[in-house]
Amino acid sequence: MSFPLLTATAVLPAIGAIATAAVPAARRTAAKWLALLVSLATLALAITILVRFDPDGSRYQLTESHSWIAYFGVRYELGVDGIAVALIALTALLMPFIILAGWHDADPLETGSRRWRPTQGFFALILAVEAMVIISFEATDVFLFYIFFEAMLIPMYFLIGGFGDRAHEHGEEAASTQRSYAAVKFLLYNLIGGLIMLAAVIGLYVVAGNFSLQEIAQARANGSLHMATSTERWLFLGFFFAFAVKAPLWPLHTWLPNAMQESTAPVAVLITAVVDKVGTFAMLRFCLQLFPEASKWATPVILVLALISIVYGALLAVGQRDIKRLVAYASISHFGFIILGIFAMTSQGQSGATLYMVNHGISTAALMLVAGFLISRRGSRLIGDYGGVQKVAPVLAGTFLIGGLATLSLPGLAPFVSEFLVLVGTFTRYPAVGIIATFGIVLAALYTLVLYQRTMTGPVKKEVSAMPDLRVRELVVVAPLIVLLVFLGVYPKPVTDIVNPAVKSTLSDVHKKDPKPPVEAAK
Amino acid sequence: MSASAVHSLWTTAATAADPITKIDAPKIEYGQLSPTLIVVGAAIIGVLIEAFVPRKSRYVAQVFMSAVALCAAFAAVVALAADGYGTTKAHIAAMGAIAVDGPSLFLQGTILLAGLVGLFTFAERRLDPEAHGNRVDSFAAQAASVPGSDSEKAAVKAGFTTTEVFPLLLFAISGMLVFPSANDLLTLFVALEVFSLPLYLLCALARRKRLMSQEAAVKYFLLGAFASAFTLFGIALLYGYAGSVSYARIAQVVDGTVTNVDPALADTMGNDALLLVGGAMIVMGLLFKVGAVPFHMWTPDVYQGAPTPVTGFMASATKVAAFGALLRLLYVVLPGLRWDWRPVMWAVAIITMLGGAIVAITQTDIKRLLAYSSIAHAGFILAGVIATSKDGVSSVLFYLAAYSFVTLGAFAVVTLVRDAGGEATHLSKWAGLGRRSPLVAAVFAVFLLAFAGIPLTSGFAGKFAVFKAAAEGGAAPLVVIGVISSAVAAFFYIRVIVLMFFSEPRPEGPTVAVPSPLTMTAIGLGVVVTLVLGVAPQYFLDLANQAGVFVR
Repeated sequence: MSFPLLTATAVLPAIGAIATAAVPAARRTAAKWLALLVSLATLALAITILVRFDPDGSRYQLTESHSWIAYFGVRYELGVDGIAVALIALTALLMPFIILAGWHDADPLETGSRRWRPTQGFFALILAVEAMVIISFEATDVFLFYIFFEAMLIPMYFLIGGFGDRAHEHGEEAASTQRSYAAVKFLLYNLIGGLIMLAAVIGLYVVAGNFSLQEIAQARANGSLHMATSTERWLFLGFFFAFAVKAPLWPLHTWLPNAMQESTAPVAVLITAVVDKVGTFAMLRFCLQLFPEASKWATPVILVLALISIVYGALLAVGQRDIKRLVAYASISHFGFIILGIFAMTSQGQSGATLYMVNHGISTAALMLVAGFLISRRGSRLIGDYGGVQKVAPVLAGTFLIGGLATLSLPGLAPFVSEFLVLVGTFTRYPAVGIIATFGIVLAALYTLVLYQRTMTGPVKKEVSAMPDLRVRELVVVAPLIVLLVFLGVYPKPVTDIVNPAVKSTLSDVHKKDPKPPVEAAK
Repeated sequence: MSASAVHSLWTTAATAADPITKIDAPKIEYGQLSPTLIVVGAAIIGVLIEAFVPRKSRYVAQVFMSAVALCAAFAAVVALAADGYGTTKAHIAAMGAIAVDGPSLFLQGTILLAGLVGLFTFAERRLDPEAHGNRVDSFAAQAASVPGSDSEKAAVKAGFTTTEVFPLLLFAISGMLVFPSANDLLTLFVALEVFSLPLYLLCALARRKRLMSQEAAVKYFLLGAFASAFTLFGIALLYGYAGSVSYARIAQVVDGTVTNVDPALADTMGNDALLLVGGAMIVMGLLFKVGAVPFHMWTPDVYQGAPTPVTGFMASATKVAAFGALLRLLYVVLPGLRWDWRPVMWAVAIITMLGGAIVAITQTDIKRLLAYSSIAHAGFILAGVIATSKDGVSSVLFYLAAYSFVTLGAFAVVTLVRDAGGEATHLSKWAGLGRRSPLVAAVFAVFLLAFAGIPLTSGFAGKFAVFKAAAEGGAAPLVVIGVISSAVAAFFYIRVIVLMFFSEPRPEGPTVAVPSPLTMTAIGLGVVVTLVLGVAPQYFLDLANQAGVFVR
């Protein structure tokens, strides 16, 4: 038996979480370093997966399969395709930055109870989330996926509810109330989504008799497993509902602005750049493969919802006064693009959507983390409290600008490539949809540039005048992300090479071929 | 007249065929009944200890003897199961009164373990501050003394303790052991009374808030007596219908496969009114014991008023025993009637799940909250009962085992959080507990997550098992409603977690008492079972699956 690389990648952060939580109360710094080291080691393992993965090889690679709960027909089955590899790499890559950016976020204000260890808890929870996200990317057993899809809510919930920005205009009491409101909202939305999915998971078992993604997909493909049309649609809706809450898709998105606003910047990045990706990923992996016919049946409605997300998210972003809320609504708009790409059912669209997941992760991380550094300096999240920062802290302003430009998909930066692919992929099949989606880009330019203008340019406000520029730790966080944005913007081939074959096989599951280019059709 | 002639006026000489010899000595399989017999024997010894052992050493003697008895009885269950009585050698013992089969042994094992853990919490004496230099437990110093009276003060001062709780506990356990394995209606009723009466008494014995405790006991007793009367009436009607109290015989009459019909039976067996009303009344009595809506009214008051260790024991073991009896009744006696009882049970399951979950949202007392949560869980278990399949049986068995340890653990944690007035059960007092005692709060959070059915806890495995069985049994709408009520239920479990971790601690908030190893064992066992059944449930699911066949 070969070394279980996939298991190791998920187990390492899990062990790291336990070890971090066990560090004595007085040794806070040791806990931070431990968490950072574990996340770096996980990154090393993720890179190993990337290297060992052969894009032209079989569909699922590095597979592991063990009996787990035979009584339910549940197996411990792991395997990665190109899409999963890309997202695992993204997760593992962002984690060290998230940890480093949140270095001081959980330092206790006062030495309270001897046993109260917020710092250890903070970093342990982050690592726990990493472990669960990675295993949900790897799971090819529906039940196994479901367990971690649901279980990751618990550490996320404590991260949102337990840790927030230090400064708050209405004092700590109000902040704590709002935080727990956001955490409860996050949890209830996702839990209800998850429970509805549970009903569908049980239904799938009753129909199929096991939980193995590959077996069910194969049985569906060769016709040995027949599903009644209505059954397939109900099951699809059960799965899709959970993923649409997680992604989030309009109108199930309202938890995201609250959660991102109230949590610290690194946790907000964790939510939107990492955890939410499980939702869009699962649409590709589970909805399309298990229920191809129902996916096609639902496509028109989903495209409309995605369009609404794109435009509505962007419009609301324009009107925000709170920096983090603005980024949250921008993310909702971006998730609309991702879902649009997935359900356009073209290879450009789905490659673009996968690439979009990676790029959105990196660009949001860059923008949000810099925004977090900004907010921690001034102690306010309101855009109106800033002005003229670029004169005082030029490096901060510059990195903020690059993050913002990436968000509006400036050519030359990574998100441009993916957004372009999604739009092209959509346009070839649904021209009208493609045209409307383009408005999202225009609005993105608006909200990003207005945000930059109002915070960074203009006369220097008094409260901002003594603002220090980025420190070394903060530069270490931001610089690599920006380098990556530029690199993937100019040369996205490494990612697309990995992703494309996987997208091809996903498309063949739903029996869709790319529409012929109009020129060729005219011949 | 000679003496013998006078004698012959009112006697006849015995003929060759003496009628006495015609009655066979009952054949009792003592070995197979040993779990129950051990516990009954220990309970009787417990009474003798109360009578003859000096007051000073009663506590130690009772606890030690009870623990040994429960362990021995559990060992007997394991030995019987290992011997194949759960599967291949399953049969009906004691002249048709007791079934020794898979469900019996599984549930008896669960009840014994729950009883053992319950015993640990009963015996805890480090939580309350010492009274007059004596360590005290959760029970009244002297049950007979009027609350607040001089005689109560004198009893406390003299350091009296109610060590009678231990034999009462054992009697209750012995009744619970018989209840799910009863194979005729009379045994069922006797078992019901044997475990109910000690529980009524135990409910009244709280050391603190005695009036509330006594009120709870009176409510429980009155409603319980009412339910028992229903059960008994139902038994009479079923006897009138089938001419027998034996499960197998009634089942045959219901199915119409009965042989040797005598004229009396031929008269009554067509009378479906007797059957339906009788069956419904017995089921009502059992639903009362499991706390299903609309027979749940007693649950919140009794759970709140009873001493918390008793609540924990009652919430877990009673539910196990009563669901066992309900399963056997529906699956062995009334399977021929399933088209009649399934729709009714559907309705009961739906209102139980939704009712328990929705009403729980407004609760402000942790014990009442757990009471309503237990009602909602009764609804989930009913979903498995409705499946009417082997998977249905085994999923219910697994759920019961998983649920009882979570419950015991959760109530044991409740005993730890105290202020000057005893246990601080009002939810507002739990605010910020996570800051003050992270470990206790984290443990309680684990139990709450298990109640909520979050994956990687036993609650999820159990819920998945019953919902899967229900879905396979064609009850998909029930699964959807179950899932929705789980979401509602999740809300109030989460609310408690929010309160513990995200609220600021109150300055005059409660303290967490450091318990003796007894309660620590109870809580620790709860956590371990919760996590093991959540992460690696395979072995126990197999066990429940093997045990999922009733003997007829």
